[in-house]
Amino acid sequence: MSAFRVEVRIMPRAALLDPQGQAVEHALQALGFGDVAQVRMGKHLVLQVTAATRDEALARARAMCDRLLANPVTEDYDVVVDGAAAR
Amino acid sequence: MKRVAVIVFPGSNCDADALAAARDVGSDAYFVWHRDTTLRQADVVVLPGGFSYGDYLRSGAIARFSPVMTAVAEHARAGGSVLGICNGFQILCEAGLLPGGLMRNARLRFLSRPAWVRVEQPDTPFTCLYERDEVLELPIAHGDGRYVVDARTAAELGDGAGGVALRARQPERLDQRYRRRDQRRPQCGGDHAAPGAP
Repeated sequence: MSAFRVEVRIMPRAALLDPQGQAVEHALQALGFGDVAQVRMGKHLVLQVTAATRDEALARARAMCDRLLANPVTEDYDVVVDGAAAR
Repeated sequence: MKRVAVIVFPGSNCDADALAAARDVGSDAYFVWHRDTTLRQADVVVLPGGFSYGDYLRSGAIARFSPVMTAVAEHARAGGSVLGICNGFQILCEAGLLPGGLMRNARLRFLSRPAWVRVEQPDTPFTCLYERDEVLELPIAHGDGRYVVDARTAAELGDGAGGVALRARQPERLDQRYRRRDQRRPQCGGDHAAPGAP
């Protein structure tokens, strides 16, 4: 068994309004960062998952997302295990 | 006499109001702690408002796994009445007992003001003293009040569909009055910066 570092990135669904991202975008523009656009804001979680293989750690992390970490109605997620993007 | 179980989560803050309201209408109402596994022969279950588990992760996301929620789901699936108020509604959505989910308010404000709803289903235990199409004024206070569903559910819940007891309806004149008042407020924080509870 090994301990894998797993990163989960959760974002509001692309089709849905993200008022937090919009507020940050407007604030940046007001500060003179006129080159910024399309700001969206989500969550970033870092977990340590003990598993036999990297694939198993990935499967466990996805199960955690489906069960608790992300809401399938409002959010999308992707998972990175030890630095390698996996979805 | 109807037995009404008011569920108390860590962070519930409208539980005493819900208990008092249930007793006012003559029911035998009592609290059930979220770690309990029985509803003690409840006829009606009320999930009150507040901030369960600090609303960490998402509103209701952690509360839905409280031990008592297994009994709430069994009660609902057996046809029992369940009322979710505000945070309680969010918990029911997260638990999959209601469709959809709640997201951060669209216009950067914690909303604490009256709202108007039209009665679409007067044949529920919670709305049976109202007339169909009657308009009610209710207080709201929420930061995560933007209800989102997928396209299929949206069609099922559309105007005239059967599954909606109360539908939001903003009398234009009154809505504008409150919109103007909202706009006068300083915009110095997020939705959760304002006091009040959902």
